This record gives sequence, C-alpha cells and structure tokens, in this order.
Amino acid sequence: MTTRTADPTLHRRLSAVWAPPKGIWRFLTAVNHRVVGLRFMVTALVFLLLAGAEAVAIRLQLAQPMLGILSPEAYNQAFTMHGSTMMFLFAVPFLEGLAIYLVPLMVGAREMAFPRLNAFGYWVYLIAGVSLYGAYLFGYAPDSGWYNYVPLTGIGFRPGVNIDFWVTMITFLEVSALVAAVEIIVTVLKHRAPGMSLDRMPVFVWAILITSFMIVFAMPALMLTSLMLALDRMAGFHFFNAAAGGDPLLWQHLFWFFGHPDVYIMLLPAVGVVSTVIPVFCRRPLAGYTLVVVSALAIGILSFGVWVHHMYTVGFAFVGLSFFAAASMLITIPSAIQIFAWIATIWNGRLHEIATPMLFSLGFIVLFVLGGITGIMIAAVPFNWQIHDTYFIVAHFHYVLVGGSVFPIFAAIYFWFPKVVGRRLDERLGSWHFWLFFIGFNVAFFPMHIIGFEGMPRRVYTYLPGLGWDGLNFLSTVGALVMAGGMVVFVWNLVASWRGGAPAGPDPWGGNTLEWSTSSPPENYNFLLVPIVRGRNPLWDDPSPWEPSLETRPRWLAELSEAPDLRRDQVVTSAVTAEPEGRAIMPRPSLWPLWLALALTVSFLGAIATLYLVPVGLALAFVALVGWHWPREEKLVGYNEEEVNDEP
Amino acid sequence: MRRWAASVLLPVSLSACGGWQSTLDPASPGASNIANLWWIMFWTTGVLSTLVIGGLFYAVYRARRHARDEEGDRVGGTERGFILVAGAAMPTLVLISFIVLSVRTGASISEPPGEPELTIEVIGHMFWWEVRYPDHDITTANEIHIPVGAPVDVRVTSADVIHSFWVPQLAPGKVDMIPGRTNRTWMMAEEPGRFRGQCTEFCGVQHALMSLLVVAMPEEDFLAWISDRLPGTELDDPLELRGREVFFEAGCQSCHTIQGVSEPEFLGAPGPDLTHLAARSTLGGLTIENTRENLTAWILDPHHFKPGVRMPPSPLSGEDVGALVAYLETLQ
Repeated sequence: MTTRTADPTLHRRLSAVWAPPKGIWRFLTAVNHRVVGLRFMVTALVFLLLAGAEAVAIRLQLAQPMLGILSPEAYNQAFTMHGSTMMFLFAVPFLEGLAIYLVPLMVGAREMAFPRLNAFGYWVYLIAGVSLYGAYLFGYAPDSGWYNYVPLTGIGFRPGVNIDFWVTMITFLEVSALVAAVEIIVTVLKHRAPGMSLDRMPVFVWAILITSFMIVFAMPALMLTSLMLALDRMAGFHFFNAAAGGDPLLWQHLFWFFGHPDVYIMLLPAVGVVSTVIPVFCRRPLAGYTLVVVSALAIGILSFGVWVHHMYTVGFAFVGLSFFAAASMLITIPSAIQIFAWIATIWNGRLHEIATPMLFSLGFIVLFVLGGITGIMIAAVPFNWQIHDTYFIVAHFHYVLVGGSVFPIFAAIYFWFPKVVGRRLDERLGSWHFWLFFIGFNVAFFPMHIIGFEGMPRRVYTYLPGLGWDGLNFLSTVGALVMAGGMVVFVWNLVASWRGGAPAGPDPWGGNTLEWSTSSPPENYNFLLVPIVRGRNPLWDDPSPWEPSLETRPRWLAELSEAPDLRRDQVVTSAVTAEPEGRAIMPRPSLWPLWLALALTVSFLGAIATLYLVPVGLALAFVALVGWHWPREEKLVGYNEEEVNDEP
Repeated sequence: MRRWAASVLLPVSLSACGGWQSTLDPASPGASNIANLWWIMFWTTGVLSTLVIGGLFYAVYRARRHARDEEGDRVGGTERGFILVAGAAMPTLVLISFIVLSVRTGASISEPPGEPELTIEVIGHMFWWEVRYPDHDITTANEIHIPVGAPVDVRVTSADVIHSFWVPQLAPGKVDMIPGRTNRTWMMAEEPGRFRGQCTEFCGVQHALMSLLVVAMPEEDFLAWISDRLPGTELDDPLELRGREVFFEAGCQSCHTIQGVSEPEFLGAPGPDLTHLAARSTLGGLTIENTRENLTAWILDPHHFKPGVRMPPSPLSGEDVGALVAYLETLQ
C-alpha cells in the first residue's frame, strides 16, 4: 500500500499540479470530481430533507378524514413536489454524485474524463432545483403530480406558471443527468487503471456504467415530451390537445418510456452499493459476480420494454397488455438472481460485525423482496385494473424506491463517509437511525397495502369518514413521524461526526476496491502511483496494485505517475482489456461551466416570462462555449520544490 | 418476525374489510375473479418471500457463527448453481403460472358474462360524473341506478381532463376516461345494494371528493325508477314559481340544464344536469347528503364543502334561496 510519506517528492509535485485554486474562485471554478461529486451529494441530501418535510405534511393532512391542515391547493403542490424532488432532485443526483466521487477512485483514475462538463452538470442541477423551490416558496410550485399528465397540465386547465416551472426546470435538470451519464461512460471505458479489464471491474462501477447508458436512452424521451408540452403551453402547439387532433396518450407513452427505466436508474446503482458493501463485511468476494453483472445488464435492457404497465387502464386491448405483463414479470428473474447472490455471499461469509452499512443493506433486501412481490402482482393485468392508482401502489413503490434506493443510499453514506470526510459516523446513532427508519417505514407503508384494498385512491388531499380508512391512515402517519425521528438522528450524526467523529484512517472496513488505498479524504491527485490491477479485488489480491514499485516500473508507466510536464495527466486505457493506450491532459479549474449554466438558465427560466429570452440565453451560451473551447497555451504550474508546503 | 406477523395478520384484517369501496368484498363476477387472482398470488408469494427472508436471516446467523469459528469462505461451484436454481429456475416456474392465471382471468372478465341490455354513458367532468341512459333519454349526475343480476354496458369518456371510472365491487377494475376517446367496461351487481366508486386519476384541485354512487335494484324497481324520471313537472305553488325565477336571475341557467326549462347554449364547462336533482341522495358527488339544509348551504357556498369546485358561491337572500330550494326539490 502506498502512502504519501513513501515518496515525498512525488507527493509534492502531484499536489502542486492538482491543487485547486484558492478563495472564492475555488468555489466557482472547481472541477475536481471529488469536489463536484460531494456537492451533488450534499445538495441532494438537502432536497431529501425538503421532500421528507413535504411527506410529513402530507401524512399529517391524511391522519384523519377531512382535516384542514393543508388546503387542496397546498396539498397538490406538496405531493407533486415530494415526488418530483425524490425522483429528480434526490435519488438520481445523489447517485450521480456518488458515482462522480467514487468511480475515478474505484477504477484508479485521477479525474473524470470531462471535469468541466462535470462542473457544468452540477450548476445546472443546482439552478434547476433552487428555481423549483423558489417557485414553491411563492406558491407557484407545480401541482399536477411528478408525472404531469396532460391535458390537466395544458394551458387551458392550468394557465398559471406552476406547470411552466415543471416543464422548463425538469427539462433543464435532465441536461445535468445526461452530461453526467456521458462523462461517467467515458471515464469508465477509457480511464480504468491498466489491467482492470471489464471482467475485473467493481460491481458498483458496472452498475453505474449500465445506469449511465440507461440515462442516455431514457432521458431524451422525457426532455422531448416536456419540450412538446412547453411548445403546447407557450407557443400554441397542439401535440396533446385531443380537440385539435393531438393525443393526450402520447404524453403517457413518452413519459413512461422515460419513467419506468428511471425507476431502475435509481435502483441499479443502489443495488451496486449493496453488492459492494456485503462482500466487504462478509470478508469474501461477491458470489456469482458474472451473474450479478449480467442480471444488472438484463434489468437495464428489459426496463425499456415495460412502460405500458403504467397504462393498463387507458383502454388498450387485453392481448397487447399481456405482452407487457410478461415482460414486467420477467424483470423478477434478474432481480431474484441478485438477491440470491447476496444470500449466497452471506451464507459462506464471515460476518464479524453488523455495522450500519450492513444493517441498511440487510434492511434493503427485506424491503426489496416485499416490494418485489407486490411488483409481480401489479404486473398481472386484471389485478392492476383493480388496484391501479390506489394506496396499494403507493405502498408498492415506496417499498421498491425507499427500500430499494434510499436504504442503499444510507448504506453508501455510512460506508463511504469515512473516505470522504476522514472520520467515521457514529455507530450507535447509526443503529438508532436504522431502527427508527426501518420500523417507521413499515408502520407507515405496510398499512397502505390494506388501505388500497379498501379502495382509497392516490393523490387525494382528504377523504370522507366511514370508508374504513381512518385507523390505518392514522397508523401510517405515526410511522411517518417515527421515520422523521430517524432522519433527525441521521442529520445529527452527520453534523456531529463531520466535526468530531473518530478518525477513520484510509481503510476502516478492510475494503477490496482501490478507493480504500487512498488517504481519507484522498489527496487532490487521488493515487500517488497509477495502480496496476490483477484481479477483481485489487486490495485483497496478491501482488498489490503498487507492484512493481516506481523505480522498477517500465519508464512509460512510471512517467504516468510523475506528471513529468507538470500537467494534469492521466492514463488512457482500452475499453475492454484496459491496455494502456496513452495519456490525456485534463483541464484546470474554469469559470466557463458556471457561465454556460447561467446562460442556459436565461433561456429555460426566461421562457416562462417570454420566449424572446430563449435566443438571448442561447447567444450567451454560444459565447460561453467559444470561451470554453478557445485554444490556449496550457499555463504550467509555477512549481518549486522549496516553495511547496510539505503538509497537504 | 414482521414477515410472519404480516402474513398472518394481513388476511385476517383484509377478510374483515367490509367497506363499500373495498376491492376484496366483490359483488360481481368481474371483481370476484380479480379477488381470487389476488388471493392465489398472495399465498404463493407470501410463502416464497417468507422463505427468502428466512433464508437471509439464517445466512446472517451462519456468517456470524463462521466469524466466531473462523470458518466459512468455502466458495465453490455450488454457489453459482444455487443462485441459478433459486434465482432463475424457481421464479420462472412461479411467473409462468402467474402469467397463465393472469391471462385466463383477464380474458374471462374482459367481456361481460352475457349480452348487456342496458347501456350507460358516463362522462367525467371536473369534479363530477355526468350519467346518461341513452335508451331512456335520462341524464343525471353522480348516481347510477342499475338492475340486479344483468350485465350493464358502460361507455366512458371525458369532457375535460383524464378521469378514471372505478366502482371496485361491481366492475372488473377501473378504466380511464380520456377526452377524445370512448372506453368500454361493464358492471354487474349480483345483489341489490349501494356501491361506492371514486375517480382514480388525479384530475385537479378537487380530485379527492369526486365520488360516485351505484344503486343496484331489482328489475321491477329499476323499471319504476326509470319511468319516474319524467321532466317538466307542472308548477302551481307561487314559492316554486318564484324559485324558478331565481334560478334564472342568479345565473344558474348558464351552466345547469333542466330539461324543458334551461338549456345552456355554450359547450364550455357545464354543471350537473338538474332535471332529476331531487331524486339524487347526495350533493357534490357523495360529499354531503341531499337534504334541504345541505342544499341551501351548498347553493350559498359550495366551496365550504368542496373547495375548488367550479360552481361559484351565490350570495342570495334567505328568501330567494328558500324559493330556489323549494323549486329544485320538485325536480324528480
């Protein structure tokens, strides 16, 4: 294992080359993948807390029949923002941030493939999220569901700006998701450490790679359809207007062609987290690595063939629906393969401690099984006809999405917090967080299955007494409050441990992947030496990725670690076998990503006021792109052995 | 433990469901077939998921023991076999049987068990249901009367946004009401009774209280109900005559049809047809009972009961509203 003391000269040299700028510029121009990744995650957690607050408000309003805590208008904004936040502003951005932070560390790279694009993606995400919540603050939040069905969201029925904010900001947000996906794909395929052929890639990286391809194929459908709705609303088009020959069902097809893969976009990386955490705690490699990877790939592909199961009730012929039912049920198989791979891993493993990341992973498996079986049921067309859009569905998808995505995200936070911060999260508070959240979750959502059977529809701000829904709704609200208590413990744990947690050291869990070989938090350059990978578990394999040492490495390989021209360079390898192919010079911090994001904001946000601002924003964006790509002499770091401080 | 409790308690608590909007208290062949499909799927997956979660807990117990004894890690070819059998072969068998069951159930309920003699058209509006009997030239709202024991053909569409028609105990699930399209479903009640339905596609600010009542009655009662629905009662009471004037003075006629009295000209957002208002048991789509007091309060301020409803408050004097209610109560 390498440490910076092993070669102080090399450490000083790389530190100087990869050092971030100072002061306010550091904030505005940062492009480093760890800075951007962390920003994504922290911002996403803030949105998680906001969505949680909305959920609590929703549950309080539904605790008893005919309560007046929220007006119908306020309730509709709350449930719309809760869904939109969890789907668009929390789950996907958090997982992207996690990937942006971890992927280069896991594949032995020093930076993402396109650092400035990375920073651009973050600014777009931040601006879109803040705009949506800014609108909410003034009562102009979207109010017709996260799925925004037409014609209710057409200009005729919702003439206000509420829906405009959804249409423009969600489209804008997906730009961020797309650029993140593109650069993750390139980073994974071209910047893996020498020797890390595809079959040696960590499962988490596989999951992220597949997810990124899914984003590339799914998000454009959403961007297209929200652009069409924007044209309908702002420019008098009639894509969705039945009276003028349009078709409201077109929206549903395009939306769910994005929407269902999006569910797996949130699930797959989370599953990758669990496939990473369980082997580390069981002190053994993952069982059925190939099967798990092939399953993830199968889920990614199948998820594009099931969107109609959101539309069983629109009046299609039964025969056609049965094919989508079969495809939907088929997804169970790759999911089951992963579940049994985890069970097999634990079965033959040695579980010395059930620390919080493992607790959340086990909780995930339980909830994922329960959400999975209700998923099989609602794939059955006749049952779906009855249960569609009832609270049974609310229960189902919270088991799948909170169980399947939020629980693994908590596992990831407890697992990698020591790497990011250098301190461990408190284990005792972690257990409290887990148990409050797990018990609260089941108390809140299990009764919803029954409430759904009793006929309570979704998206209602209240209900009349005497329908047999009162008691279970109250119970569900109690559960939601217990979950909220779990979140308070979690936030307290984050804040307290950030400031005063126990020092973690580079590898608190005995991990198998490359990120655990760096210091915690990692140096600006990530790896002192370019690692050489010889197996699936580089830190458990023998010989270590740091052999041969710098002195005995071939000259070309040693140079890659030395930044000989004082440039930010990193190795480029072949896509499949990770043979070294050359060196890429990575860009330095830049203000252009922020400029471009702001320029596009003028277009997207301006469109709500007047369409004339769209070309203005595009002109500004053109200026930004010219500046971004302007060829310039690479200014070398003023590097002087004497001047560089020894301490990082 | 939880799982055990769930699999035992869920059927108990579900069997106790007696709500008049419950999916598990079916009163028609369509709803019964779906409920049967659910119970088969529930017991199958209930047993399987108990085994899986039990297996997970046992695996954790084993791994803890291995950690103490420094055993474990006997990784071999058996693991892949186990994953394939448990993760691929077993679910494949279950899923094939589920698909067969699902297709058989779906095919059996896609069409009614006999040729329907009665056709009803239901048109969704924000936030109420227009109900038409085209063969009998009757138009009413929010309440459907059907004869017992015979399938009824139901054709649904929407006048504005997408709604969804759902009477869980009587129909084979729900069907969306989409502007520009007409979808078909059917209902059948095996016994007389009152059954509740509700809009299940979010349709705007007052989606929550858009409910529907289906009254299933014996054939002869149904025919009597039909023949009692005659428009144009002769008015002789001066209070009622005054009420009809108020109906026009207050502008009610610009949205509400009363056959032979008021025929709104525009095709915009109509309110419910009031020709048979007094024959309905509720107001505001099951929001409140149709009593004199409630009707008076509703006319003065419907938003008190159903915020966001399209009908504006009518600031009428006590005298005028009394006359109006007296008139409306003649509309059988």
